[in-house]
Amino acid sequence: MAVFLELLVNGISVGAVYALIALGFVVIFKATEVVNFTHASLLLAGGYVIARLHPLIGFWAALAAGIAAAALVGALVEFLILRRAHVGSRGVLAIVTIGVDILLTTELTRRIGTEVLALGDPWGDRVLRLGPVTVAETRVVALAVAATLIVAFLLAFKFTGWGVAMRAAAEDAETAALMGVRLGRVSLSAWAVAGALAAVAAMFLCVFPTPGLDRGTAAAAMKAFPAAILGGLDSTTGALAGGLIVGVTETLMSGYQSELAFLGRGIGDAAPFLVMIVILLLRPSGLFGTKEPARV
Amino acid sequence: MSGEAGPGTGGPEIEGAEIEGPQIAAPGAADPKAGGLEIRGLEVRYGPVRALRGVHLAVPRGAVAAVLGANGAGKTTLLRAVSGTLRFHRGAITSGTVAFGGSRLDGVPAAAVVRRGVVQVPEGRRVFARMTVAENLRAGALGVPGRRAAAARERVLELFPVLAERAHQRAGLLSGGEQQMLAIGRALMAGPSLLLLDEPTLGLAPLMAARIADTVRQINAQGTSVLLVEQNAAMALALAERAYVLEVGEVTLSGPAAELAASDEVRRRYLGIGAPETDRPVGTDPGPGHERHERTRLARWTA
Repeated sequence: MAVFLELLVNGISVGAVYALIALGFVVIFKATEVVNFTHASLLLAGGYVIARLHPLIGFWAALAAGIAAAALVGALVEFLILRRAHVGSRGVLAIVTIGVDILLTTELTRRIGTEVLALGDPWGDRVLRLGPVTVAETRVVALAVAATLIVAFLLAFKFTGWGVAMRAAAEDAETAALMGVRLGRVSLSAWAVAGALAAVAAMFLCVFPTPGLDRGTAAAAMKAFPAAILGGLDSTTGALAGGLIVGVTETLMSGYQSELAFLGRGIGDAAPFLVMIVILLLRPSGLFGTKEPARV
Repeated sequence: MSGEAGPGTGGPEIEGAEIEGPQIAAPGAADPKAGGLEIRGLEVRYGPVRALRGVHLAVPRGAVAAVLGANGAGKTTLLRAVSGTLRFHRGAITSGTVAFGGSRLDGVPAAAVVRRGVVQVPEGRRVFARMTVAENLRAGALGVPGRRAAAARERVLELFPVLAERAHQRAGLLSGGEQQMLAIGRALMAGPSLLLLDEPTLGLAPLMAARIADTVRQINAQGTSVLLVEQNAAMALALAERAYVLEVGEVTLSGPAAELAASDEVRRRYLGIGAPETDRPVGTDPGPGHERHERTRLARWTA
């Protein structure tokens, strides 16, 4: 039972990080209805800047610089590439983001090389003991930060002009423009915010118990993709739920790997995608995704 | 009356001999007051396809102007050219000018056109179906300071009380008529000086269409100019002071709406009034009794 509880708590905290990454997918999808496959490289960019700068300017300043850098890269991708890609289909734009991701990831992994870069976080390898359960302090902080950010975005989408403009632009860009929404500004801000979120997630993905940032970090980030899909790509709540489901599934499957040996190795990595497929078969719009309302 | 089509006027004037029925008034008679919408020599293309050619049109400040025409005549393209949304359809203004309040609108992005006081209600309502009625109204006021938005909201809810009752309902679940009210209300949230209405009665029951027509009158009475694109010609001509007929991208008739409504050409093509009335010679007076008969028929169309 103690093992199960420990896996569950760790799964929830890993899930919170996935939820942060999924929130980045959701922000861009809400604003532009484009599925952003560049997210993993934005995450890698943010993490790389934190890793390189923390010995020079300290962790918190490096974190701020990493967030700013990832936001800038996101905004540049939108401004220099997507805005100028005059393609009608959002599906084609999604493929453009795959190309951009490959370019950015290739350059960043070339710079990282075979190194494992520490991020210099203040929590180190400290753990919290809650009865029989042991959990890394970093994971508790990740859970708190992710929950705070997700609630903040939930409220922002619902109650701020920025959120309403984003949702209007995603639903019908032309009509939003007719209402005075500046589409370019909405899209640019969404990409910048997604980049910033990716940098925060990068920090939590690369701290204890993970050894640090390496060339495989981008692949880890893509695990958040099923989280965003199964939660519902346009739902902030869905990002949280999807992240937690993926985190818990992955941690439990990996934790019970020996008992599940008949399923083969690596079931922990495959399980989130299996869960995604099952959920999409039952609920095509995801758990919290918006169905198009229609009178019958 | 004059047959001269001056700049900034109602477009190519049709000579009396070229149309049936009474001669259309000269555009010079309806010169726009300063600050209205002026379209001069407008040509619009979608790639190689020319959708509008040499269109002249004016909406004086505080007036209602109507644009009539069959499907594909270029009515919606005309509104897109004013509202800056041609680029969404890969269209572009290739010559001519669009000006409002003395400043040019051609080449200006849609959001900037809204900030200059020109707001379009698109064809087919196009409410934000996933958002609530209240959020749709908020979306309409995004470019407006908070205090003005509150005043605009009050005005809209006074005009359409049903929107207050449905405030928290998803817009996609409203009836067609309610969606049209929401679309107009949403546009009014920006406090426009000129409202562009694209087929506001399309697909609506006659009673609802009449209600929308009354609303347009009220909006105009409160000082907002209106450019109305409508296939329901009887309604449009009853509302407008000046009207234009578009055919295959060109203005073929223009003049005071009352005179257009009396012209055989318009009556036969757009009002569905049959051949017996149109058989009389060009320019002949049908007589007072005949006019009364026509008015009764027109009134029935708008009911």
